[in-house]
Amino acid sequence: MRKIKEYLIEKLLFSSVLITVGVTLGIIAVLGFEAFRFFNEVSIVEFFTDTQWTPLFTDKHYGILPLLSGTLLTSFIAIAVALPLGLSIGIYLSEYAPKKFRKTIKPLLELLAAVPTVVYGFFALIVVTPFLQGFIPNLSSFNSLSAGIVMGIMIIPFISSLSEDALHAVPYALREASYGMGATKLQTAFKVVVPAASSGIIVSIILAISRAIGETMIVAIAAGQQPRFTLDPTVPVETITAYIVQVSLGDVQHGSVEYRTIFAAGITLFVFTFLLNTYSYSIRKKYQQRYE
Amino acid sequence: MNSIQKNRFKDRLFMYWGMFATLIGLVLLVVFIGDILIDGLGRIDWSFITNLPSRKPDKSGIYTALIGSIWILILTAFIVIPVGVAAGLYLEEYSKKNWLSGVLEINISNLAGVPSIIYGLLGLEVFVRIMNLGASVLAGSLTLSLLILPIIIVATREAIKAVPKSIQDASYALGASKWHTIWYQILPAAGGGILTGVILALSRAVGETAPLIVVGALAYVPFAPENPMDEFSVLPIQIFNWISRPQHGFIENAAAAIIILLLITFIMNGIAVYFRNKWQKKWK
Repeated sequence: MRKIKEYLIEKLLFSSVLITVGVTLGIIAVLGFEAFRFFNEVSIVEFFTDTQWTPLFTDKHYGILPLLSGTLLTSFIAIAVALPLGLSIGIYLSEYAPKKFRKTIKPLLELLAAVPTVVYGFFALIVVTPFLQGFIPNLSSFNSLSAGIVMGIMIIPFISSLSEDALHAVPYALREASYGMGATKLQTAFKVVVPAASSGIIVSIILAISRAIGETMIVAIAAGQQPRFTLDPTVPVETITAYIVQVSLGDVQHGSVEYRTIFAAGITLFVFTFLLNTYSYSIRKKYQQRYE
Repeated sequence: MNSIQKNRFKDRLFMYWGMFATLIGLVLLVVFIGDILIDGLGRIDWSFITNLPSRKPDKSGIYTALIGSIWILILTAFIVIPVGVAAGLYLEEYSKKNWLSGVLEINISNLAGVPSIIYGLLGLEVFVRIMNLGASVLAGSLTLSLLILPIIIVATREAIKAVPKSIQDASYALGASKWHTIWYQILPAAGGGILTGVILALSRAVGETAPLIVVGALAYVPFAPENPMDEFSVLPIQIFNWISRPQHGFIENAAAAIIILLLITFIMNGIAVYFRNKWQKKWK
């Protein structure tokens, strides 16, 4: 009796784990199925080479490039903000800051990632864009610059916290050897500790990039909803995620080509983040083995 | 200046830069919250909380969105806690180290990195269309449950890992079965850690906007939901809707609603940190 109960409980718990596999398969099936039907009606060549994305207009073009350029542009700006700041914070907290300071500041910084993204969108549109317009007069009220900057602020803790963990895990003896040779903290940090922790730092950067690519509300609110094949940060653009939101808010018939465009856009986004996540996972596995 | 002085100077310089970088994020957070408080605090009164949405900004309230958010929060918690904790338990206590556990682990780590809007697309097809739940509170909660499931599984595993092995051994020595040991010893001992993870995950769910928009949550619902099959709105969607309106009065409303949303998020985070500190002390 007891054995049967134990057995049943184990199977019950296992079925919960299977749900996670079901989610992954579900995502692939749903995106794949709808995207497949989309590509029955729109050629894959047009999808990847046309430089216009206008499925909601009468003159329909289905080129993903404008959405991709919008996504990459905002993500690039975000990383350009978050990488130098986040990495400096990580190095400062791990190598310079007193232990007590580190312990109070880390949870506070992580609050930056806990703020709902719709709130950052408000900040970008209402505060940052008008502020930047003071320096860049031809900045339009929707633009990738302020959306990217604010997104960068949001992902600072992803880079700072994870890279600080990696730096902190480097054995202290390495630092002592370097100090013993007369190196300063700065030299030790950049020539010894950072190289030793490089895989952990790379993981943190990849996760931040993946987060920026998938971020939705900030760009939907502040970057605009005009798909445009451009690298100009001062004009309105549209990201993949913002397009999905735009269609979801409108009145699009289920089963129409317009409806399927969000799945075709979604699978493009999914493939990008999937590759980044898998790559970071494989680096993390290697790195764990090195220190355990 | 010789090279030693030069190096010391650079060292100094970097230290100040590091301090500046650390503080700038926090300063921005403070500036930002201050700005929102200035914009929105004057707008908050009892009628703002109890009024239904309206076309006139000064008559509009967040009642339907707030109740919608509470519905989503409770229903999501009910769905995701048993599944997430069970999965975490299995992976930590039962799973053997083989190719299958490797695949499961990669899978969960990957799910944690899938953009939230993709979960929205999954929910739209599976819950709204195939299961025919419509744009209901239940469909929204199921979608968010899948979104935060990986976070809860990881938190559960971490919490169980932190429980000393001696507790488990003592229980086995007294003749308890595996499940008895888990139910009466390991789960209570790991409870604080699991609770921390659950609250943090739920606070993320409360702030989520994009997947619910995709699932079909509305910006305008005339009545607050009364059962899981009702249509709904949530605070972040209400905020998004107000931000997109041109009249200035709605911006004020958005700021006021943001104050309420931030209050909920920060309180949940505060509770989580409190439990974490209390729980970590227990094992020291």
